[in-house]
Amino acid sequence: MSIAQAGVTTEGLTGPEPAPPVRRRSKAGYLLLLPGMLWLVVFFLVPTIQLMATSLYDPNGSLETGYTMTGSISNYWTALSTFQAPFLRSLLYAGIATLLALLLAYPLAYAIAFKAGRWKNAMLVLVIAPFFTSFLVRTLAWKSILSDNGFIVSTLKDLHVLPPDGRLLATSVAVITGLTYNFVPFMVLPLYASLEKIDLRLVEASKDLYADGFTSFRKVTLPLSMPGLVAGTLLTFIPAAGDYINAELLGTPQQYMIGNVIDNLFLVQLDYPIAASCSVILMLAIVAMVLVYVRRAGTEELL
Amino acid sequence: MTRVGRWAVDHLVMVVAILVLLYMFLPIFFVVLMSFNAPASRLSYEFDSFTLSNWTDPCGPAGMCQSVVMSLQIGFLATLGATLLGTLVAFALVRHRFRGRAATSLLIFLPMATPEVVMGSSLLALFTSAGLSGKLGFWSILVAHIMFCLSFVVVTVKARLAGLDSSLEQAAMDLYANEWQAFWRVTFPLVFPGILAAALLSFSLSFDDFIVTNFNHGNTITFPMFVWGSAQRGIPPQVNVVGTVMFMVALLLVVAGGVFQRRRPA
Repeated sequence: MSIAQAGVTTEGLTGPEPAPPVRRRSKAGYLLLLPGMLWLVVFFLVPTIQLMATSLYDPNGSLETGYTMTGSISNYWTALSTFQAPFLRSLLYAGIATLLALLLAYPLAYAIAFKAGRWKNAMLVLVIAPFFTSFLVRTLAWKSILSDNGFIVSTLKDLHVLPPDGRLLATSVAVITGLTYNFVPFMVLPLYASLEKIDLRLVEASKDLYADGFTSFRKVTLPLSMPGLVAGTLLTFIPAAGDYINAELLGTPQQYMIGNVIDNLFLVQLDYPIAASCSVILMLAIVAMVLVYVRRAGTEELL
Repeated sequence: MTRVGRWAVDHLVMVVAILVLLYMFLPIFFVVLMSFNAPASRLSYEFDSFTLSNWTDPCGPAGMCQSVVMSLQIGFLATLGATLLGTLVAFALVRHRFRGRAATSLLIFLPMATPEVVMGSSLLALFTSAGLSGKLGFWSILVAHIMFCLSFVVVTVKARLAGLDSSLEQAAMDLYANEWQAFWRVTFPLVFPGILAAALLSFSLSFDDFIVTNFNHGNTITFPMFVWGSAQRGIPPQVNVVGTVMFMVALLLVVAGGVFQRRRPA
């Protein structure tokens, strides 16, 4: 599920199957688990429960006077009706960015897995290399690339794709470009990991059975790469839907996503109950979509 | 399909792949370019004129280098904490039987599937309800970073450990090594590349984190917080110097690691 894992799991795939690990039942197992799991309970699970509790606090309270627990389900209605547009925009932008990332990542992952030969490792390093500079600095670089007098905007104007006074910065195109760019590596690595495992004899067998290149891709390679495709789309969609850096730096308030709203409500307006409601809705929406999607794609073993 | 057709398709994939890689490198190229830029105005994002002064005076903007040091400190401690805790969990998952395996796996998976904005705001809600909102700073950032790095460490180390041939350890024991010796002389060296990869991943996740940090930073300024804060007032071009140096150092580490591994067959 991660950059390093995609690299690590591909090792040891060649050669004979390793002997399965011997699992012992002993107290030591619990001792090894305890510190890490305690950390996740205290700083992930408990905060999530506190977030849900906060989302039900009395919306008339404030940080100074303190909040009272009133079980105000109406906070959710307020959040949904007030911030409908940013919610839908988050899902839409993240959806488009995921689709674009898939279209870019599939040929790249395919080429690394099957065509790169001795350049395989070098290409993998190039895929993760953009991670080495700061996310914010890279996103700001897009501001220079898409700037009004930059080569992209002037080329598009020359081609009459953009009107003479048209611009890319501060539009949804810029935000989606940034989102796509920032999360593409998360798509490439799981795709590569599952393409790499494909037994090429299966592809040869389909060719022996008179499938042409396209049919054998559609009937053999693509279905076998589904686990990577599902993992990659989730790893792209989830952070993209919660992101607000791209919308803030490359867009305007007209492009604000739900992350911008949550950030603003928590840190500027200090309206904790509504802010927490927005966070919980985002979380539940993502969980629901992931479950439906994973079931549809038939890759339940991922969870 | 004819031979010519197949040749075209084969190379088409490679050509598309190289174009995608170029797209992924376009912003890096601009970061390096902008590190030599003398902006005409504070809010200019275009290349105006060439200068070396950003490189000769990298700490010019007030507070920038302090923020880099702060990020390095937090990154180092978060890496240490997450790698230690996560490696222990990975060993427990692969090598031990215990009750509640499904719940444990779920708790490790969930932080990776939760948007950062949800994790950051959850922690803020917890710290506030515990009356700690005035005391947020270095410690709360560190606690949060260890939390979101942990799962990635577990997954990375677990993958390496699960691919390990356990007959190697049994062989060591057959040759009269005790459990302790077999662990330190056989298992640990074999798992070490996985631990190292997990540590590097943790460091880059921590150093680069903005969203979770933004909710829990108090008055402490990390490098991403500095960049965000100056985005409204105009980004100093030295930010791109830091970006370029980070890129070079990381690339050097990866290349050196690759050469080192090739010399020493695993």
